[in-house]
Amino acid sequence: MIEFTLNGEAKQVEANPDMPLLWVLRDELKMTGTKFGCGVASCGACTVHIDGFATRSCVTFLGDIEGAEVTTIEGIDTPEARAIREAWVELQVPQCGYCQSGQIMSATALLEETPKPTDEDIDFAMDGNICRCASYARIRRAIHRAAEIMEA
Amino acid sequence: MLHYIAAKTPIAKPSRRTFLNLSAGAVGGLLIGSVTPMRGVAQSAGAGEALVTPFVHITPDNRVIVLSKHLDKGQGAATGLATLVAEELDAAAEQVEAAFAPSNPDVYKNLLFGVQGTGGSTAMANSFDQYRQAGATARAMIVNAAAETWGITPEEVSVANGVVSGAGNTATLGDLAAQAALQEPPSEVSLKTPDQWVYIGKSFPRVELPEKTRGSVGLFGMDAQPEDCLVAVTARPPRFGATLAGMDATEALAMPGVAQVLEIPQGVTVLADNTWTAMQARDALILDWTEGSGETRGTEEMLTEFRALLDEPGNPSAPRGDTAARLAEAAQVVEAEYVFPFLAHAPMEPLDMTVLYDAESATFWGGSQIQTLDHGTAAAVLGLEMGQIAINTAWGGGSFGRRATFDAHLAAETATIAKAWLETGNAARPIKLVYSREDDIRGGYYRPMALHRVRAGLDADGNISGWEHRIVSQSIFAGTAFESFVFHEGVDHSTVEGTSDTTYAIPDMHVDVHHPQVGVPPLWWRSVGHTHTAYVMETMMDELAVAAGRDPVEFRLAYLGNDPRLAGVLRLAAEKAGATGPDGTSRGVAVHKSFNSYVAEIADIRMRDDGTVKVEKVTCGVDCGVPINPDNIAAQIEGGLGYGLSAVLREEITLTDGEVDQYNYPDYPPLRITDMPEVEVHIVPSTEPPTGIGEPGTPPIGPAVANAIFAATGERVRVLPFSRHGLA
Repeated sequence: MIEFTLNGEAKQVEANPDMPLLWVLRDELKMTGTKFGCGVASCGACTVHIDGFATRSCVTFLGDIEGAEVTTIEGIDTPEARAIREAWVELQVPQCGYCQSGQIMSATALLEETPKPTDEDIDFAMDGNICRCASYARIRRAIHRAAEIMEA
Repeated sequence: MLHYIAAKTPIAKPSRRTFLNLSAGAVGGLLIGSVTPMRGVAQSAGAGEALVTPFVHITPDNRVIVLSKHLDKGQGAATGLATLVAEELDAAAEQVEAAFAPSNPDVYKNLLFGVQGTGGSTAMANSFDQYRQAGATARAMIVNAAAETWGITPEEVSVANGVVSGAGNTATLGDLAAQAALQEPPSEVSLKTPDQWVYIGKSFPRVELPEKTRGSVGLFGMDAQPEDCLVAVTARPPRFGATLAGMDATEALAMPGVAQVLEIPQGVTVLADNTWTAMQARDALILDWTEGSGETRGTEEMLTEFRALLDEPGNPSAPRGDTAARLAEAAQVVEAEYVFPFLAHAPMEPLDMTVLYDAESATFWGGSQIQTLDHGTAAAVLGLEMGQIAINTAWGGGSFGRRATFDAHLAAETATIAKAWLETGNAARPIKLVYSREDDIRGGYYRPMALHRVRAGLDADGNISGWEHRIVSQSIFAGTAFESFVFHEGVDHSTVEGTSDTTYAIPDMHVDVHHPQVGVPPLWWRSVGHTHTAYVMETMMDELAVAAGRDPVEFRLAYLGNDPRLAGVLRLAAEKAGATGPDGTSRGVAVHKSFNSYVAEIADIRMRDDGTVKVEKVTCGVDCGVPINPDNIAAQIEGGLGYGLSAVLREEITLTDGEVDQYNYPDYPPLRITDMPEVEVHIVPSTEPPTGIGEPGTPPIGPAVANAIFAATGERVRVLPFSRHGLA
């Protein structure tokens, strides 16, 4: 039995401690907002926050998150996340949208750490998130726009 | 009448909105309908009566649900169709939703295909009149209902922004839905003139985007979570065409959570309680495969064989003039050979399909792109009638061609597994077949490898004097159900498209082609043949312009007198890009027509200190007829060129002794944000019928960047990807 906090609520999960958090979320807890894209921490579609840090859940194991605070796309609701979502819709960022849970989790973590990111900051924070639709130009603009929204 | 009912199979519970099935009434001839409401759907829809037509439902709670006959895998088709309906219905944008239509080719066929399916950038082109008429029909029924209710004539009723008014009365569309359902649909409707449009041409917001920022449940096939669902993963042979010779599944079967191991024609399938267990158990299988009758060559050996064919005449495609004579008398001849690798589509959502089959009926969920093929294939595998099967289309997590296959292999495999599960004595349970990323990258269905050789002459005045062009590439269409559409007299048109049908006025041109047999399943990949032909045509035009000492834009325009729209986008892009790019950048130009749309791309690049290329900015001119949704057109051009740039920079599938060398994104590296250029899209105002936009942004980017690299370095890149040359 592993205990952790998920989106602010205490959770107890009875599963193999070697199971990646990605599959715990998706298959055991039926929370499918966190996406499976590669399974090898290469695409970022599975990004969640663990103790506030953007983390690839496909290579984070259940046994390693005992006591941790996990936040997923379903639960994230900080001012930064709200600004990111607002900018994402305003600039019509998603196309297929499959990677966007991960993009939003990474972008939110960036804004929480760096309220006014430069293009270089964005490159560094977002380079781990693949978008095959190549919505990248809009992601960049939307992060800048979200920073503006936060400032206002 | 509009009912929300549970599907006849227990997979869909009325409490789970994503898997609600909507059984439509007789209005408009809808047969057994099942749509997957995707956005803001509430249970109240069943509380009263609704107007139900084949393409639009108006509910008593004032929602307008547009049924998209096309898969939306990011290209925006659902919003495009919703825009057309909303336009003629005069609905308010906020009340418009999209859902996917059931599989029923009688009602929902692609008017250009004859079957229900999405591809070839045809969604708007084939639906433009149909969906506007659907909106106008619903509007007429609403207007008649209002007139009847208020005791006035239909002429006294007006509709604007979702509000119906007349003789001092007002009502919402939803208020009138029940009464409208009793009206006879008009036999004819008139459509608005372009000056009356309020949505077309104005960037209607994407209907599903808020949900895509929230990780909402049930958008994608991969997220199907029916009760009691088993996850299936299949171990497929390491070589195409190989079969199972022996298996030891002892260890896999002993793992907790593993339900069964099944030998099927496609390989060995593990069924387990969850995805991770299924994958772990698959890894634990001990499998012995035959060498098989498929492909045992490596790509290097294939290339050697392809290259030998370059010296032999191929099957000609629309030859004209006297190319040999013009080349013989040319003042100079430019000759070049090009190599294009196999490419995987690698959409972010790996392939998946879910089914519940109980021997008498089957319900499928997934991002079905050619529903009629998936439907028919499933029926054949399961031995059921089409009417016993429902296909529920989910939003696709990308496709780029991958979810549309001639053999409907995903539906076939899913059905095969479900049938084998039942036939081995198990009770019916939902089964979700999941591909891992490795299954996707290594699974074939690639853009085929292609080899080109071009000899093009210039006369003493710097004009083209003969163009000889030979292509060696596996046919995509030969041997498929679609062969007769594109394969004629030994030429697969999808291999040569963009060459022999060029609108450059080159009077002496000889294109021919060889289609060698290759044992790797081929597939269309975003923009199909144009993925390689545009690269060759547009880098060769650049070489000729340079050899002739002429400006690359002026040189092209000199040959585009018969194609004012292609010339138009080139002029537009050139004007918007200005005379030069930022300091220290080099420029390349390309222009190409595909899917009846015209796109010019002008790339400004910078060579980094390490010798790699950074594309800083791309300025685009686009003519796709009536720009239904300009912002979505811009998004598709941005994404389309990003997808093409990704391929030319680093993407390549290679084989060694018939086995694919790559596994996952680390060795099949897609474009990341650091390599994405700034993109500026300029759209030609047009009243021509709308044409494709999902694919036409992809072809010009490779040659535009390659031409810019030449401008920067003097090097021509003719063997792709650029990473082979240290450029990426």
